[in-house]
Amino acid sequence: MSEQNGNLLSVKNLRTYFETEDGTVRAVDGISFDLKRGETLGIVGESGSGKSVTNLSIIRLIPSPPGKIVSGEVLFHGEDIMSLTQEEVRRIRGKRISMIFQDPMTSLNPFMRISKQLMEITELHLGHTREQAYEHAVKMLETVGIPEARARANDYPHEFSGGMRQRVMIAMALSCEPELLIADEPTTALDVTIQAQILELIRKLKEETGTSVILITHDLGVVAGMTDDIIVMYAGKIFEQAPTTELFAAPGNPYTKGLLKSVPDPADDEGAELYQIPGLPPDVAHLSPNQCPFAERCYRAEDICRREFPPFVQLNAEHFSLCHFAEEVYADSRAGRGDAPAGTTQGGDGR
Amino acid sequence: MTMQGVQNTASAAPPSSLQGDGREPLISIRELKVHFKLGGGTAWDRLVGGSPVPRVVKAVDGVSLDIYPGETMGLVGESGCGKSTLGRALLRLTEPTGGQVLFRGRDLAALSKGQLRGQRRHLQMIFQDPYASLNPRMTVSQIIGEPVETFGLARGRRERDERVRELMQTVGLSPRFVKRYPHEFSGGQRQRIGIARALAADPDFVVADEPISALDVSIQAQIMNLMERLQRERNLTYLFISHDLRAIRHVSDRVAVMYLGKLVELADAKVIYRDPLMPYTKALISAVPVPDPVVESTRKRIVLQGDVPSPINPPSGCRFHTRCPWAIEACKEVAPPLAEIKPNHFAACIRISPEQPDIESVAPNDAPGLRGTGRVIAQ
Repeated sequence: MSEQNGNLLSVKNLRTYFETEDGTVRAVDGISFDLKRGETLGIVGESGSGKSVTNLSIIRLIPSPPGKIVSGEVLFHGEDIMSLTQEEVRRIRGKRISMIFQDPMTSLNPFMRISKQLMEITELHLGHTREQAYEHAVKMLETVGIPEARARANDYPHEFSGGMRQRVMIAMALSCEPELLIADEPTTALDVTIQAQILELIRKLKEETGTSVILITHDLGVVAGMTDDIIVMYAGKIFEQAPTTELFAAPGNPYTKGLLKSVPDPADDEGAELYQIPGLPPDVAHLSPNQCPFAERCYRAEDICRREFPPFVQLNAEHFSLCHFAEEVYADSRAGRGDAPAGTTQGGDGR
Repeated sequence: MTMQGVQNTASAAPPSSLQGDGREPLISIRELKVHFKLGGGTAWDRLVGGSPVPRVVKAVDGVSLDIYPGETMGLVGESGCGKSTLGRALLRLTEPTGGQVLFRGRDLAALSKGQLRGQRRHLQMIFQDPYASLNPRMTVSQIIGEPVETFGLARGRRERDERVRELMQTVGLSPRFVKRYPHEFSGGQRQRIGIARALAADPDFVVADEPISALDVSIQAQIMNLMERLQRERNLTYLFISHDLRAIRHVSDRVAVMYLGKLVELADAKVIYRDPLMPYTKALISAVPVPDPVVESTRKRIVLQGDVPSPINPPSGCRFHTRCPWAIEACKEVAPPLAEIKPNHFAACIRISPEQPDIESVAPNDAPGLRGTGRVIAQ
């Protein structure tokens, strides 16, 4: 099958559920999106929103049981990853699609030299000999900015700092020049100055290699500077989807609006009370399908939000929002009015 | 300690007020040091090829700082810079190895255990990890009620229970949950329990060590707002420790920046973000991603090379010289004092001075700070 509309990846109606004692958790519940070649897509959400599960599903790394990809297609170059055998998936994973995880310490084997961990990948996927693989490993470590790469290639992970370990993870992920790099909170465990280094590195490597990137994060600041498009997830659903500049300039969903306003902006902060989204994220195991999952916390919610699941409204060519009042919220954002009410001082409740 | 003693200690310290507007600080930190011995230096170490000299981590190495009643002092720095150790040392949860912590003029570091217990009531702490800092086998009632009992703040069971309920309401928890255990709550709710426990003793000063780092964005805003409301209602003074510069900027009146055990810059929160003077602060602030794609695509970013060096053998001279884009030879030798570069704006860098506060416009290889014109408050 050939590639469709220049999309490297097309996710269609993906559903991943987990069976727990507490009932079925619909971690990802009907997600669709496309990723164009060379683009960076940001997936933003809070813990439990399903952003990581979405990406583990794409490369079929969902532990089963308890997890199960219930339905959906993931077309990579037009080929459905969901219909491949384990062996076929393994040939794609790490070679054509690779991942960087949040915690570089737990993703590296502590008993194995750094060089060895890098060599394994190219020996497997590119058929390198030991010598070739070793040289390639050193070259990759240099690429990601490990000082004295040749001398340090034979170190163990514990001899590297957190930032250097994350560089090693990136070197591993990029070893086979993947077409798609999935970075799941790649800088969350790092200090700001190190975060800036890693983001700069990802940006630079992306420019040089033309790799497409999916960047998963909870940090709106990180996606603002790194991505072309953004998906905002909440309770396993896509709540909003838009080009990055559009999403920040004119959010069309009350949840996105609340998220954007609840982050203090150092450039423009007069110490006024922060906007806060009241309440807590929902318990995904006990969500009624006949209401908006965000209704209980939403400033705009009306009766209909508690009665009917909201429609996924198209606001313009590339901008979508899951909300009964999407058009209105979007129009308000564009006009710079009708903001969410100022922070409710009474704040949290006991739910 | 007698009044005489208090005066002596105060006058022995460098200029007693860092702000100089005549207000009395609630907390005065003077040359505080916390050094941890790591071993090494014994005959055995030499025999087995260990470190020939005793190895010492200078987690906090001569910090002086005044915190005024009702203010929020933000303390920011990267992991390993000593900010948490400093916070713990203030309350003597970690014993300082040198220097003083004056609380209302009284040196906490010199108090006996018993005397300290009398003061602890006024000084409380909120911890980072709301999962690890609450005893999983105690109910909310027991957790919040414990300080009430310890400090004898309630007469009888009924008054105690009443106080626990009040505190729960204050922090936004339903008193219906008094009999529940920590695991039955979400992260944000647990942090509320931690805050209620800190408030139970009716403190004046609260050290909040990364109180929002473990929480989701929408919950972070809730906790920051809660802490600010409590501050207004109860006239609390905070030391707010965080690596999150956006949060620090939002909650703080003044901000102190720490690097490898030393304070490197101190100023009003707005000023330090708009006009950072010291190169490390400049880099730190430029590294914070701004949630605005337009700003992000145009702003200048200073990306530092390398990692934070080990605090075991910190670099000589200015500890930041190994990563500083503006470092010159002299920076390797001279440890810069925290000097007042602009009114109430202190920075530790020999390459700037009150006359030449902008490092960008200082001549290459010039170190105006060495000509010693600024008011120096601490080494």
